[in-house]
Amino acid sequence: MGLSACGGGGDDAGASKTIRVTLANHVWTENIKKALPAFEKQTGLKVEVTQLGEDQLSDQYNVKLNAGSADIDVMMYRPLQEGKLFAKNKYLADLSAQVKSESWDFGDFQAGPVEATTYEGKPVGIPIITEQEVLYYRKDLLDKAGLSGPPKTLDELKAAAAKIKAAEPDVAGFVSRTGKSTAVTQFSSFLYSFGGDFVDGGGKAAVNSEAAKQAYAYYGGLIKDSGPANVSTDMGWPEAMAIFTQGKAAFYTEANSLYKNATDPAKSKISDKVGFAPFPAGPAGSKPYNIPSWALGINDSSENTDNAWKFIEWATSKEQTLAQQKSGVPGARTSVWADPEGTSTFPKDLAEAIAASTKDGVGHDRPLVVQVAEAREIVGQPIVDAITGKDAAASADTANAAFQKFLDDEAK
Amino acid sequence: MATITTKAARGTPTAPGTPGWVRWVDDHRKWLFAAPAMTFVAALLVFPLAWTGYLSLTDAEGSVRAESEFVGLQNYLDVLSDTARFWPAVGRTAAFTGVALLFEVVLGMAIALLLWRPFKAQKWVRVAILLPLVATPVAVGMMWRLIFDPNIGLANQLLGWFGIGPQPWLAGQHTALPTTIFIDVWQWTPMVALILLAGLTSLSDEPQEAARIDGASTWQRFRHVTLPLLAPTLTVAILLRGIDALKTFDILYATKGRGGGSFHEVETLNVYAYGLSFDYNEYGVSSTVLILFFLIIIGAMWALTARRKEAQR
Repeated sequence: MGLSACGGGGDDAGASKTIRVTLANHVWTENIKKALPAFEKQTGLKVEVTQLGEDQLSDQYNVKLNAGSADIDVMMYRPLQEGKLFAKNKYLADLSAQVKSESWDFGDFQAGPVEATTYEGKPVGIPIITEQEVLYYRKDLLDKAGLSGPPKTLDELKAAAAKIKAAEPDVAGFVSRTGKSTAVTQFSSFLYSFGGDFVDGGGKAAVNSEAAKQAYAYYGGLIKDSGPANVSTDMGWPEAMAIFTQGKAAFYTEANSLYKNATDPAKSKISDKVGFAPFPAGPAGSKPYNIPSWALGINDSSENTDNAWKFIEWATSKEQTLAQQKSGVPGARTSVWADPEGTSTFPKDLAEAIAASTKDGVGHDRPLVVQVAEAREIVGQPIVDAITGKDAAASADTANAAFQKFLDDEAK
Repeated sequence: MATITTKAARGTPTAPGTPGWVRWVDDHRKWLFAAPAMTFVAALLVFPLAWTGYLSLTDAEGSVRAESEFVGLQNYLDVLSDTARFWPAVGRTAAFTGVALLFEVVLGMAIALLLWRPFKAQKWVRVAILLPLVATPVAVGMMWRLIFDPNIGLANQLLGWFGIGPQPWLAGQHTALPTTIFIDVWQWTPMVALILLAGLTSLSDEPQEAARIDGASTWQRFRHVTLPLLAPTLTVAILLRGIDALKTFDILYATKGRGGGSFHEVETLNVYAYGLSFDYNEYGVSSTVLILFFLIIIGAMWALTARRKEAQR
């Protein structure tokens, strides 16, 4: 109580029955907003939701948390993008005591996602959404082209994309993200499947390994040769997804958590023609990422931590996770994945693709560093260079030198 | 006598026996009345600027609340020798501002001259021309992004009717900056036209009539009568729009996103500084870029007003 008087803007903090929650635009958020009245009735608390796009959300945190603001209690954040930075800056409260709550069962959460939300041995976030990369494809176009099924290898994907592009002048064979930074995560599965990674076992930059060079050339070449005409190098998922759902592309590699955009008739022109397949295998096999894309944390400066935890406990409960998963948001709880009800609403082929990804998946989809945004721009440069027809190998060498320098700086 | 004069000058016939604080208030009236405004300026202008100046001398990164070291002018040396991002951004800022301003002033002048003399439906034309001005820049950016979409956009369809092939517009590495300049010209020409029109309507008719009687042609009247009389207004228009164009952010961010595109095609100084703070959390370097940017703006404006004063002489 005494503290609340000091908190500049947060007059009603401390004693507050209002929990201020900042969330990203996501299906998860829409679901939680619908379920909120029940939580409010049950607890007598009030939840104030601020909802923003990914980038705007980051900006908001950078401004408010930098200033030590107490007017955010619960924050939805990206463990792999901002987790290390936020934890290092002490923006995220230590949740060691809270996660001991027995009925809630922290042990039920998948190990990989929990690792990504742990900093220096302490849990600082609770994973809410997991993601795997899968292949979206158009069943009708494959039939028309005389292909019996979705490609199982990257070579088959390349051939199938070229074939469809040649047969259908208005349709691209393949589409995916093209923006330097935003493409990195979806490119990562290609990189792993060629046998590469951003950093090697010894912690050295590895984006100019033979495997990485091949992966850059493959990804960029696929978009350049079989992608949409006049392809932009600024495409994130909304733009790439729009091309796919407008019926302008046959194949699309993307995070499975976005699949509702393609199968919802209100958003997609091809909702009844979409198929899903596991990520095609490269020389090193099929190695898609399997990561926690979003988590909930508590602002370390919040004066309302008890109620904030009540919200998190409820929002990440088994019941809510099951409800979320049934509406298409893959969660992080083992029990929900084991429950047949947990996958009952996924398209059958998507559930199979996800099962395959969780088995061999790689736990990161971007370099694991503090300044992720900067690192993504560095390792993403060869992607756009390859798309625009420049020498991918030379660009990978340049990027590797820059990335090594970046890693050295960060290690200082 | 002398004391009385001073008191009279201050306008305060303080009767003997008034409490000390009243006298103090009376003596410091000019400071007291100005205090709110001065506090306001100090809090919202001087402090942030000084803080930015301080940050630019440190290696602050990650969080501004984290410990940082004083590094002197190191950031300035680094930034000024950075030919990969900083100098190209300076070039783009100059190109964007210069070209946009040129078009806006020429077109704005033409529109103002057309609207100067009353004609039928003039009111409606004025409203129509001002429409781009009232639209929010982000909405404008989104609208043009759709129009200029290389695959499904209206612009390429339109070109198709004339048998011209599709252009990459915003998506092209070399066409992106000109396209954003076009959008800026579309949005801000009306403002320049409005300022110039206000200037034109306030001009008296006599010099024009005198010139007409002397047999001056339309061009001569414009060149030697209207333009010189309009010069102060023109300077104001160029100053206002120039400063604004230098600082353009919304249109660039809405059309190309962070970093000004994958090749930094439209990364101006403002976009660069934004990326340094919000993407890289390099608050020290970012502050350095902002201070340099601030100096560039002041320099440009000073040069412009100085030229103007010289011309008046």
